[in-house]
Amino acid sequence: MKPLTREITFALNGRPRSVEIPVTLSALDLLRDVLGLTGTKYACGEGECGACTILVDERSLCSCLLFAVDLDGRAVTTIEGIATDDTCAPLIQAFVAAGAVQCGFCTPGLVLQARHFLADNPAADRTAIKRAIEGNLCRCTGYQKIIDAVASHVAALNVPEGRQDARPRR
Amino acid sequence: MATLPAMNAPAAYLVPASVDEAADALSDGEATLLAGGTDLLLQTHQGVRAFRRTLVNISRIAELKTISLSGDRFRIGALVTITELLHSKLVCQHLPILAQAADHFASDQIRNAATVGGNLCNASPAGDMLPPLLALDATVELACRKDHRLQRRNVPLDQFFLGPRRTAMAADELLTAVEIPLPPARHYGRFFKLGTRPALDISIISIALAGVLENRQLTGVRVAFGAVAPIPVRARRTEAALEGRTLDAEVISTAVETARAEATPISDIRASAWYRSEMIFNMMRRLLHEAADA
Ligand SMILES: Cc1cc2nc3c(=O)[nH]c(=O)nc-3n(C[C@H](O)[C@H](O)[C@H](O)COP(=O)(O)OP(=O)(O)OC[C@H]3O[C@@H](n4cnc5c(N)ncnc54)[C@H](O)[C@@H]3O)c2cc1C
Ligand code: FES
Ligand code: FES
Repeated sequence: MKPLTREITFALNGRPRSVEIPVTLSALDLLRDVLGLTGTKYACGEGECGACTILVDERSLCSCLLFAVDLDGRAVTTIEGIATDDTCAPLIQAFVAAGAVQCGFCTPGLVLQARHFLADNPAADRTAIKRAIEGNLCRCTGYQKIIDAVASHVAALNVPEGRQDARPRR
Repeated sequence: MATLPAMNAPAAYLVPASVDEAADALSDGEATLLAGGTDLLLQTHQGVRAFRRTLVNISRIAELKTISLSGDRFRIGALVTITELLHSKLVCQHLPILAQAADHFASDQIRNAATVGGNLCNASPAGDMLPPLLALDATVELACRKDHRLQRRNVPLDQFFLGPRRTAMAADELLTAVEIPLPPARHYGRFFKLGTRPALDISIISIALAGVLENRQLTGVRVAFGAVAPIPVRARRTEAALEGRTLDAEVISTAVETARAEATPISDIRASAWYRSEMIFNMMRRLLHEAADA
């Protein structure tokens, strides 16, 4: 029997996209295997490592735990969408400058998670940064350089303390 | 290599926009509900759970996404996420024990997707929102379509869990909200979760302690344990050992002995039964000393 499919339409990195998919497909498999966007990484496949982090309506989610059909009508951001974006390029540069990228497998997920977190907390301290990336595993760097990278980006942003909540809470 | 059982596929997929429509979609009792999906995707993809005939995605039902306080009752919609609990001013002010539990839940990415209703309906004995909700005397609201009308009923949370992944909810029902009475003045609540690391860990044991705290005495005591029985449980004998008594060394010592005797854990990959019992004893003692010094 042919598996049940659905056509979904969503904004992928700012551009409308329609695709017919099996209703049981994960968002991670949609991105990597159907759409060929391999910047989003598959590692544990069970929510433990954050390598598959994407933004859906500006919330960071593990795409391996998300049914792709649920993306219908939503706005999805992957690493491909922000790699060249003006506001995100300095964050990525901060990762490179701090030596926070070794094998690089965890990097796309970490960049998206950091971006999501900094949108609400642009003046975050190291403790807050550490908590924000709890769901992202890195087997290479030992995390210090990742925290250094995000902290140096925060320092460069130079947002006054009082203006921490730049974006309204959902 | 061990192969996983194959995943089946549902025959239909529906995205109701209201509780009414959802109840309709469920009325033949042949539906699987999808909220955040953090439990459902893995369970179905790993073949430990089969889809029923219709996959019903309830995540677009706006009326299930609000937290409100009217009169002396809180109402937390089934689709409220763990992140939303954590950031809710109402919750942080009046129900801090829930915010504490939300703060110990998984990781940011999972908290952003995971819903309160999903945590309740997944009915894992280690579900982190369950002991604090038991300690807050929560009830759940269930809705279904009967005789062409939407009907709702309330079930006290301590009657909702029947076994691991089994609840008192019928196959044609959905959980619409959890309701919590406004805690009285001087209400005290603490949640403790033991895991092997701070983030992304399923509880080895968890404890929720609540009650009105005055002059080192707790009244209306509620103690609930996670991961020491097939379901999250109220520890009623421990509650009785504490009720109205001054939290001195003797009372605490009796209460923690009672707690250890009352917990009936099993051994599994996360910990042995012996270790869990000892941790109930030790962590309960820590929580009670904290309350005595508060
Ligand atoms: C890596 C990882 C870490 C985790 N860490 C934790 C943790 O620290 N603490 C913890 O408690 N849990 C944890 N979980 C489990 C899970 O995230 C939670 O149980 C979550 O709250 C489930 O909510 P959901 O919206 O994702 O549910 P879903 O997966 O959508 O649904 C869960 C179940 O409930 C049913 N359901 C959902 N909503 C309703 C409703 N309104 N009415 C009727 N039935 C419904 C579904 O059919 C399904 O059976 C973790 C999971 C993963 C993958
Ligand atoms: S691949 Fe999704 S969290 Fe690891
Ligand atoms: S750089 Fe290799 S996993 Fe993080």
